[in-house]
Amino acid sequence: MKSKRNANRVGWWLLSPSLVLLVLVGIVPFLYVIFLGFHEWNVFSAERGRTFVGFANYADLVFDQPFIEAAGRSILFTVVVVGVELVLGFLLAQSLIKDFRGKVIFRTLYILPLVVAPIAVGATWRLMTAQGFGPVPHFLKEVFGYDFNIGVNSGQAWFTVVLMDVWHWTPFVTLTLLAGILAMPRDPIEAAQVDGANKWQIYRHVTIPALMPIIFITMFIRIMDSLKVVEEVYMLTNGGPASDTTFIGLHIFRTVLQKTDWGYGSSMSLLVLYLTIVVSWLLHTVVTNKMQQVRP
Amino acid sequence: MTKVKRRTRFSWRTQLGNVGTYVLWTFMTLFTLGPIYWLFSVSSRSPVQVFDKPTILIESFYWENYLKVFNDRVVRDYLINSLVVSTTNAALVTVLGFFAAYALTRFKLAGASNIFFWTITNRMGPPAAFILPLFLIMTQVAVFGDWMLFDTRTGLILIYTLFNLPFAIWLLKGILEGIPIELDEAALIDRANRFQVMTRIIAPLAAPGLAITFILTWIFAWNEYLFAATLSSANARTITTRLAEYVTSTGTNYGELAAVAFIATLPAIIVLVFVQRYIVTGLTFGAVKD
Repeated sequence: MKSKRNANRVGWWLLSPSLVLLVLVGIVPFLYVIFLGFHEWNVFSAERGRTFVGFANYADLVFDQPFIEAAGRSILFTVVVVGVELVLGFLLAQSLIKDFRGKVIFRTLYILPLVVAPIAVGATWRLMTAQGFGPVPHFLKEVFGYDFNIGVNSGQAWFTVVLMDVWHWTPFVTLTLLAGILAMPRDPIEAAQVDGANKWQIYRHVTIPALMPIIFITMFIRIMDSLKVVEEVYMLTNGGPASDTTFIGLHIFRTVLQKTDWGYGSSMSLLVLYLTIVVSWLLHTVVTNKMQQVRP
Repeated sequence: MTKVKRRTRFSWRTQLGNVGTYVLWTFMTLFTLGPIYWLFSVSSRSPVQVFDKPTILIESFYWENYLKVFNDRVVRDYLINSLVVSTTNAALVTVLGFFAAYALTRFKLAGASNIFFWTITNRMGPPAAFILPLFLIMTQVAVFGDWMLFDTRTGLILIYTLFNLPFAIWLLKGILEGIPIELDEAALIDRANRFQVMTRIIAPLAAPGLAITFILTWIFAWNEYLFAATLSSANARTITTRLAEYVTSTGTNYGELAAVAFIATLPAIIVLVFVQRYIVTGLTFGAVKD
């Protein structure tokens, strides 16, 4: 019994450096954000000091038009990109199951965007859509006589931001779904084939339900990441035209760092974190319920 | 596993399917490579040529963009910072992640699953939320005389553990779970101590997993922008921040911007091409393990 306790002490010793580091860079700043959320503090304003304001920041946030709009845009953006990436990623993963000549080369080239730095992704797409020499506006103008200017037209700016995100992250979705499909047991599919189910029925009732856990994890990771997207959009459109592509991450970034509205910015980021957790939790509940219905 | 070649009957339907596969993948590869190729193409243009019509082929290569970037002391310093910060951080999180994952898989620690979940949640929050408190801690708390943690490589190395350490623990936990615990027990009976078990038995077996962890965390650290841009001012700035500086300065030189972006992207792409097979398993490992 005593040796067991000693052994566990070794375990804690091995774990402790990681825990100490994560408390220092994670928990301490987090508690400080909670603390600041109850204060008003802007070093560049007339009153430089930090004053306690209780829940006033949160009360203001509910009626803060730019904040609400940025949050709404982020939700719309997340729904669109995660939807497109899941459908496209699933189709591409399907076509990577069977072997064909040159598959490894195609796959390697296809997943390259995955390792490009977000800030470089933004720069790349900025060059793609730059007025005058960018291939996208040039091609659309030459071939269709269509004016494409993401600095002016907000619909086109939206389209480009979505396209950029799909370019950057569909490879990730494809890879996780592919891994899930490859790890899936073959027996249920074969059983369904024996029972005379057609391809669509097999997808609908066997493959997709069995893939639900991995689809859920992928969706979860992508929702978290697209809700906090900053760098790519900062580089591509800088939130414009006007503030039509200012998503919540960029809005917080500006409030905290450019306007140095530290107290208000802190309460804003806490509220966003809270909403992210609620959304994830709701999604989790919906998916688990669905899975229980499918598997009696 | 040996592959048995089966002669199948020629079928128009399969042939059509094959053609479809190649059309699809050619299109997808063009879609992913196009923008990267265009980046390279712009980096070959002189300031005069930059605003010319886009062309498919690169007609003349203006090396001055690259020479100018490499001769720029600032860019060289930033590249060195990036290299030092991402290499040290990746080594640190791989070693600490290995210890932590070993502890989580080999010992029955009270609340282990909660601890594991908590480490993962560190990646959830919007990064902008952490910047302000980290900035204040680094400029006002972690100060010793004239020295402060702000704008040091050490500071960035420590802060990057916020997103890299949970990832390393997550990945390595899945890998260590696959190595039977009986190996540890046998070695312990043979009077090896814990440290010997970890370094001489488990680490060699987990070597591919450790390598994947190091490579992926290295790429994440190399690519990071927000923390580097806000928690350093002159001495510890990394190459990704240089990229943003090119845009904000008046009169963007697109050729040089593209050259910097290409240089910043190249190391990660080279790494990916060499180890892509392992990255495919690595990225998906934890997810498959559920």
